[in-house]
Amino acid sequence: MSKSKVVIAENSIYKNYTKMDRFIRFWRKNWMGYVFMAPFVVLFSIFVVAPVFTAVGLSFTDFNMMQKPDFVGFNNYKLLFLDDDVFKISIANTVKFAVITGPAGYLLSFFAAWVINQLKAKRAFALAFYAPSILSGVAMSNVWLVIFSGDKSGIINYWLIQWGLIDEPILWNTDPNHIMSVVMFIQLWMSMGTGFLVFLAGLQNMDRSLYEAGAIDGVKNKFQELFFITLPAMKPQLLFGAINTITSSFTVFEISAAVAGMPSPNYSAHTIVAHLYDYAFIRFQMGYASAIAVVLFLITFILGKVVMKALSSKEE
Amino acid sequence: MIKIKWFRGQWLHITFAKTLLYLVMFALVAFTALPLVYVVVTAFKPLDELFVYPPRFYVKHPTTQNFTDLVVSLGSSTVPFTRYIFNSIIVTVITVFLTVIVCSLAAYALVKFKPKGGKLLFDLILIALMFSPHVTKIPSYLIINGLGMVNTYWALIMPSVAVAYNCFLMRQFIQQYPDELIEASRIDGAGEFRIFIQMVMPALAPAWSTLVVFSFVSNWNDYFSPLIYITSQAMKTLPLALKTIGSGIARAGAMNVAALLTAAPTIILFTAMQGHVMETMTYSGIKG
Repeated sequence: MSKSKVVIAENSIYKNYTKMDRFIRFWRKNWMGYVFMAPFVVLFSIFVVAPVFTAVGLSFTDFNMMQKPDFVGFNNYKLLFLDDDVFKISIANTVKFAVITGPAGYLLSFFAAWVINQLKAKRAFALAFYAPSILSGVAMSNVWLVIFSGDKSGIINYWLIQWGLIDEPILWNTDPNHIMSVVMFIQLWMSMGTGFLVFLAGLQNMDRSLYEAGAIDGVKNKFQELFFITLPAMKPQLLFGAINTITSSFTVFEISAAVAGMPSPNYSAHTIVAHLYDYAFIRFQMGYASAIAVVLFLITFILGKVVMKALSSKEE
Repeated sequence: MIKIKWFRGQWLHITFAKTLLYLVMFALVAFTALPLVYVVVTAFKPLDELFVYPPRFYVKHPTTQNFTDLVVSLGSSTVPFTRYIFNSIIVTVITVFLTVIVCSLAAYALVKFKPKGGKLLFDLILIALMFSPHVTKIPSYLIINGLGMVNTYWALIMPSVAVAYNCFLMRQFIQQYPDELIEASRIDGAGEFRIFIQMVMPALAPAWSTLVVFSFVSNWNDYFSPLIYITSQAMKTLPLALKTIGSGIARAGAMNVAALLTAAPTIILFTAMQGHVMETMTYSGIKG
């Protein structure tokens, strides 16, 4: 055994042959896979993987697209966290959006999926509930501007005055005190469907025998069924829904820009993405804007990891 | 509990809890669906009904005046409205077509060929699911700008083809496709590409039609990409055009029709494909 190894090692031609052989075998086994993957890998590398690293690199530079990037160390981050008050507002607003509309939308969409799954006319209910998430936010903001219009003829103002709850119309989308609530309301309306389809599909395909087994084991009502059988079995769907909810709730921009304007009065509905857009594509301070992108990346990525840990079902 | 005789000799059991449940759901669904209904109704309102006080939800004398207004009044401006519709359709259709092909090919290779390095690619895809696409927009812009593709359709198409979400979904679907069928056609002497195109893709039609729906929705509604890549008015897609056409009283009716035309295609497509989508979303879970 050891003798033959020595012989192979000493005989260089034979060694080369095995190397070639191994290479050929490797190639034969894998080349089809690589050909199939190639278009995706190329585009994915150029527009997703490389940009993440480039963004990190650029965040340490001063770069205005005219001159070459100029290395400035942690300067951008220092400015961002110590001096940029608007950034602090945008972080606070984004976190507020995420903390309120994220979980609320997630829970509501699970609740709706759970209920709709037990009703007749499932398809119609599902469509009506899911519709807002597939509508163009900009197109729908037209309607919301009529509903939340700041004068007396705004639908909400009209009814509030009719019912005697207010005397003067509320400036929903121009008064900094109200903008956030309005944008949050619309955001919630739009994002309720994010996990909905996944949940509904998961519920529709639950293994019936699990419920029967549960009934024998003493599960008494629908709620016990939900907590002890349905939820544990749906972990993969819950995880997928949660990850989608995190990325979408931290990137509020379109609705706030359409309803409150860009920039919004007193930056009252300014978000991280709005800040990123402002510095990158209006002021063309690409280095500074990249630092904002990196902060956004870290927030969503870390939360994604945490959720992944919490809802993982790998060991099962 | 009340029992009502239903058709075909069935009994309809009405309990208090069930009724309450339906009422709650009707309220929730009204909340989600009414704004859309309002867009549809408002598109048919004549000018005097648009600004009537007190505000009215329904329309008394429906008219198609707003539709002609949109074509005529905006037709005479430098960029006719139909141009935005054309832009949106061409960009969305090409992107959807490419992303379905490219992502299906990659997902198929990941699942059935298991090439070395495939695990790494899948890990990267899972990571990419966890951050928003906004993170990559600055370097992507530099690339698109460097390639001279700003203000072209390609700027909107190229970055939206290799989407982690799409590849992930396709992978989950393809996992359900039995290996034996592929083996059998290999023995019959079919090439790998032929197996993929003539056997696997037709069998996975429900799966990729789901992908068609999702990528159509996200590209059709995409506001951020055209916002950064497109500065020329003639190249704008519908969501961005809506923001820049401007409102004003004279155009309020026409704007509503524009909003309706922007909102309608996604709803129509989803309704048409709803069965497929529900069938395939079952496999979308992540084990983590």
